[in-house]
Amino acid sequence: MKVKTQHNRRSFLKVSAAAGGGLVLGFSWLAGCSPAESEIAEEVARQMPENWFDINGFLKIGDNGLVTIMSPNPEIGQNVKTSMPMIVAEELDVAWEDVIVEQAGLDTEIFTRQLAGGSQSIRFGWPGLRRAGAAARHLLVAATAEKWQVPLEELTTENGIITHAATGQTIGYGEIASAAAGIEVPEEIALKEPADFKIIGQGKKNVDGRKITTGEPLFGIDVQREGMLTAMIIHPPAFGMKLKTYDATTVSSMPGISKVFTINADKEGVEKQWSDTNAFPELIAIVGETTWQVMKAKKALQVEWEQDTPPESSPELQQALVALMETTPKEAARKDGDPTGAFAGAAQVVEATYTAPFLAHNTMEPMNFFAHVTADHAELEGPIQTPEFLRPTVAALVGLPEDKVSIMMTRMGGGFGRRLYGNFGVEAALISKEMNAPVKLLYTREDDMTQGTYRPDYRVTYRAALNEDNELIGFHVRGSGTDGSPVFANRFPAGAVDNYLAENLEKSSNISTGAWRAPRSNFIAGAEQAFLDEVAEAAGKDPIEFRLELFDRAIAKPVGEKNDYEADRYAGVLKLVKEKAGWGTERPGVHRGVAAYYCHNSYVAQVVDVVMENDRPKVDKVWCAVDCGIVVNPEGAINQIEGGIIDGIGHAMYSAITFENGKPQQSNFDKYRLIRHAEAPREIEVFFVENGIDPTGLGEPSLPPVIGALANALAKATGERLYHQPFEFNPQEVLG
Amino acid sequence: MPNYSLRINGQVHEVEVAEDTPVLWVLRDHIKLLGTKYGCGIGQCGACTIHLDGLAMRSCSVPISAVGSQKITTIEGLSEKGNHPVQQAWIEHDVPQCGYCQAGQIMNAAALLADTPSPSDKEIAARMNGNICRCGTYTRIQKAIKTAAEKMS
Repeated sequence: MKVKTQHNRRSFLKVSAAAGGGLVLGFSWLAGCSPAESEIAEEVARQMPENWFDINGFLKIGDNGLVTIMSPNPEIGQNVKTSMPMIVAEELDVAWEDVIVEQAGLDTEIFTRQLAGGSQSIRFGWPGLRRAGAAARHLLVAATAEKWQVPLEELTTENGIITHAATGQTIGYGEIASAAAGIEVPEEIALKEPADFKIIGQGKKNVDGRKITTGEPLFGIDVQREGMLTAMIIHPPAFGMKLKTYDATTVSSMPGISKVFTINADKEGVEKQWSDTNAFPELIAIVGETTWQVMKAKKALQVEWEQDTPPESSPELQQALVALMETTPKEAARKDGDPTGAFAGAAQVVEATYTAPFLAHNTMEPMNFFAHVTADHAELEGPIQTPEFLRPTVAALVGLPEDKVSIMMTRMGGGFGRRLYGNFGVEAALISKEMNAPVKLLYTREDDMTQGTYRPDYRVTYRAALNEDNELIGFHVRGSGTDGSPVFANRFPAGAVDNYLAENLEKSSNISTGAWRAPRSNFIAGAEQAFLDEVAEAAGKDPIEFRLELFDRAIAKPVGEKNDYEADRYAGVLKLVKEKAGWGTERPGVHRGVAAYYCHNSYVAQVVDVVMENDRPKVDKVWCAVDCGIVVNPEGAINQIEGGIIDGIGHAMYSAITFENGKPQQSNFDKYRLIRHAEAPREIEVFFVENGIDPTGLGEPSLPPVIGALANALAKATGERLYHQPFEFNPQEVLG
Repeated sequence: MPNYSLRINGQVHEVEVAEDTPVLWVLRDHIKLLGTKYGCGIGQCGACTIHLDGLAMRSCSVPISAVGSQKITTIEGLSEKGNHPVQQAWIEHDVPQCGYCQAGQIMNAAALLADTPSPSDKEIAARMNGNICRCGTYTRIQKAIKTAAEKMS
């Protein structure tokens, strides 16, 4: 396959040498061992090259054949720092054991979309990463052809070695790299056929695995600089409140405290971007020497707050959605056929309402950032999913041109969407500017959990019309939530029902909301899949067969044109999980639920097996079929899927943020319940649909459907359907 | 401020800090041992787990004044070459996603195996229940501990 190289010429700069030397401890020499070998495997230290040759912004080749590949996107635990360089290495045709991976900083000259969000890093990165590897390979091969005076087509590559079969000559990439400087980048470049992939499709271990397991500094919280100060913030205790006054005199003299002052991320003339979502732009900053000294000062500081906008509380917040749902939107989000007629003529109507609470992201690493702002430059380093969006905001607020603001991304102790919103980076920069010193800002867990940007609360009502033959003839969904409805009007079962109506309602709140792993899908999938289960039951049909009938209809005669899914791939994952899980075979004591969902361009179907343990339901096993196209790194992919499943089960079962007069009632893990080890499924088994489709999202798609499969299994286990998350709460308690 | 002589990972460190300073922040801010992580500050998440004389402790909730002559072991000192059977098993099972909680998980698992060489599934679950993994790597942690236990026996 040939593709346009599309690269900006400037990204293919002349080969340059940089001093190297020393030893490097490789990740892949140890990680590459099979379990049996690892007992005897000693990590091998490799000689670092004397010179590195920058081939393009994505990679450099050492004179001894070691290759450094830059990982362009932020790493939040979705393992792109392993999988993205794998794609470059594949097209470059080097041995993975010869690859060193480095995190790239923000560099919009070389890289595009340096963003961790929407499970899109691999999908959008795929063509560019392949081109970068293939183009570099071409330069090396072309330089060799020139050196040996042989036709380029006669040269082959494998594991970083170029061979001319006719003459038996070979040369390593490291030996020819310096000669690649004079080679022009061609207009078109050949890419490998997927059948020839040697690295893609092989399970490769996390490139940071060794550093993580030995406690090496990797995260934003670990950033160190000479003379660095520690900063913390105090934000209002409740949504709707703002700062009135504070008395710094008591804490100014506390040991190690340098300064107490206010910062404001709102500045006249500075336009806000979506990533600037922030309920508390005005904050108190406390700066000092050590974390504990600043924490103590933070506790001791006397602050007065005042009401700015009306406070909101949890029972009323959900009741506001109840009232909102009584209204009819002016315009339908989608309408096919005659829904009103279908319901009027139905033999049977099924209706159910589902709700979910606000959720915090709760990354294990609390928000933090390093900043050093001087008169002519701002250096930022830390955990951020959106460095490209952080830069213009920081530049505008500290009064520097954008090219004077550098941002380095650290490995992140989780993202889940929270680090799309970079207020903490902005705050670090403002504090550093005020102090005229390098500063690391750290949120306490309480700051982090009560700061907002929550997954919104939701409420959705479904109605289904069945005819006398128990066919689905009408479908109506009306959804509502804070800052937006969770309903995706063009997703299944749109396209499979003749008479279909989707409606969206939204309300606003002074509680700030934001994207939380699989936004909207994280609620609507569970609701929809639980509802379809109930409809299948009312129709007297097996839940998988009922869904497959709908997909058959969507394949044979799709309703409407904007259907946002491929029905055959959707049905494909359902059929795969049905077969693998042995659906239909009853096992005593095992209660099963099924669900399927499409989001982030990937298809997932799951069967959840629930057993009763000490009179309480426990998820025993989850069977999961996935169609995400080509699986770049199966080992990491399975880990993502397992994590999404456990995350989904946990939040559906246990988690909620509730409010009293605007104040979050959960501020740490004693009250905010996250799933723990003993509550995780005993086993998760993952099956991939094998195809040659370009890869799609994987960090999010396994989370949404599992909530539906869980609800359906719990309904079997307990005889009661669950409509209100978190399932372990008594919904009446939450609703007051 | 009082002076403390601490035995950390086989070395003696002298620090001058307030007596209520949690061991976590002494390690991170004063000794610059950054592998031990801050997660909640109230002993609920386990990210800061270290060993005090071999027992797993939440370093965020132990004031420096309570350490005395007890030996502190952090993730950096769990093994000389980063090859403790638990660390090896973590790599073998490719446990980490974001990786932030894993130092705490590994320290807790190592302490578990030190006193219970062949833990049952239930014993592992019970002992590991204090360590939150927000990414949801619990099933891999379970398997890795089993593998490490086999290697150590």
